[in-house]
Amino acid sequence: MTAFARKPDLSIGAYRVWQRNRDVLLQLWKSEFAAQLVEPIFVIFALGLGLGQFVVLDNGEDYVQFLAPGILAMFPMFACVFECAWGSYVRLEMQGSYRAVLATPVSIDDIITGEILWGTTRAVLNASYILLVMTVLTPWLHMVQSPLALLVIPAAVIPGLLFAAISICFASIARAMSQFSYFFNLVINPMFWFGGAFFPIDQLPRWAQILGWFVPLAHVTSLYRGLLSGHLHASMLVDLGWLLVATVFFYMLALKGMQRRLVE
Amino acid sequence: MTQPAIVAQDLVKVYDTLTAVDGVSFSVADGECFGVLGPNGAGKSTTIKMVSCFSPITSGSLQVAGFDVRRNPRAVKRVLGLVPQGDNLDTDLPVRKNLEVYARYFNLSPMEAKPRIDEALDLFQLQEKADSKVDDLSGGMKRRLIIARALVNNPSILVLDEPTTGLDPQARHLVWQKLRLLKARGVTMLLSTHYMDEAAHLCDRLVIMHRGKILTHGNPHDLIREHAGENVLELRMDKAGRSPAIAAVRGIPDVAIEEVEDLVYVFGGGETAVRIAAEIGDPHRAFLRPGNLEDVFLRLTGRGLLD
Repeated sequence: MTAFARKPDLSIGAYRVWQRNRDVLLQLWKSEFAAQLVEPIFVIFALGLGLGQFVVLDNGEDYVQFLAPGILAMFPMFACVFECAWGSYVRLEMQGSYRAVLATPVSIDDIITGEILWGTTRAVLNASYILLVMTVLTPWLHMVQSPLALLVIPAAVIPGLLFAAISICFASIARAMSQFSYFFNLVINPMFWFGGAFFPIDQLPRWAQILGWFVPLAHVTSLYRGLLSGHLHASMLVDLGWLLVATVFFYMLALKGMQRRLVE
Repeated sequence: MTQPAIVAQDLVKVYDTLTAVDGVSFSVADGECFGVLGPNGAGKSTTIKMVSCFSPITSGSLQVAGFDVRRNPRAVKRVLGLVPQGDNLDTDLPVRKNLEVYARYFNLSPMEAKPRIDEALDLFQLQEKADSKVDDLSGGMKRRLIIARALVNNPSILVLDEPTTGLDPQARHLVWQKLRLLKARGVTMLLSTHYMDEAAHLCDRLVIMHRGKILTHGNPHDLIREHAGENVLELRMDKAGRSPAIAAVRGIPDVAIEEVEDLVYVFGGGETAVRIAAEIGDPHRAFLRPGNLEDVFLRLTGRGLLD
């Protein structure tokens, strides 16, 4: 436990690693970005408007309004998981970039922190973009009902850090690229379906609610639901606290996992 | 006298059950090219990894450029240039950008980095490839780029882990030529290799490692004289043909005779070996050649396959 709680060995090197990823994105932005930009729009239209015709909510909301916070929580999560699970594994094992960087004054903790900050950056950019799309569509679809929605952008930092750290944890134990299907099918996909995006968790049986409480994405959705509607609730502080604690835990675990993986 | 660039004392590295390096001591002088030779599994790469702060030392002490690798790895890595065994260039970035990003890891500003990158690209004849993708480079070019990359921080010590493995002879000679040039500029080098000609070519002094220990150390000439003799006579004859020759050299002081399947090596046969070769007169049957580092290596580490 003392090893787990050790102080990370950090320097400006973490920022250097972040800069490297930024430079790569600036070179590849056309191929990387375009696909990610259209997907949330499809989901808004297909699920929100298409499926929404068959869904009647108690409070008289349109289904697309219910769906909005979930979309804001999910797609940034995907952007960041893609970057930090698959991307880190490629840099760790296929390209050998981590070992190349370790020959410089940059430490393992710097690398992992830089990668997590980069994953977070992608998540925040993605959340900002989706919020913009939702705001533009608001005269018709009423997805953004309060100026408090702007707080989603700074708030997106926390799930960004969390999902980036969880992804790095998995990359640090993966032995082959094929194992990522476990991560996506057993961790990320259940979060997608049971993260409170598509249906409210509080109407499920008690045992499912308890289980749902441990799904990180559920707390993100709940937080954003309050911000988009402008109805703040004390339970949002619990969500925030839950996310902060989980973020610190998985960050330390990611550092430890990569230390174990990279120190020979 | 300046302090040595690298001082290792009783260096030990134990992986779970395997002792990869077992009590090794050596010191590398400033400006020297120091070779670490040995068969696979001898502990060369592990030694290199400890010097370059990749692998924590189990016990003993290791000072690099005056810094303790345990206490100050960042300071060590700041003055070190590492040429790893495999290619680990950043394939997401073009050639020049690889060097720019690498320089940034050393906290060099773009202003400081630019002249060094230009110089490194010029030196390794990569200037025309500056905008190419890394994946489009040949194996030799990738190696050159990796060495160029190791120079962007202006290292006082260059650590090379089997730098020419897998290169064709042209590319290898080009790399050697550049390494000699760097040596002439005063760069200290620690070189691990299992190419004996490479070691003989570049190293002022070397150690031969085997099973984690240093078997011998010295400069290549002395080692050859001591372990292989001035000349080596190779006899490729059947038992009946070679026995008179063996009988003739047997009495010579310090001679060593080694029979390996169909071949007999006579090390340190001196004048007698010269005479026997002349008498047999057929280089296919009796071949006289100067001793070399490979002889030293094989005599000390044995001829069996090690992995």
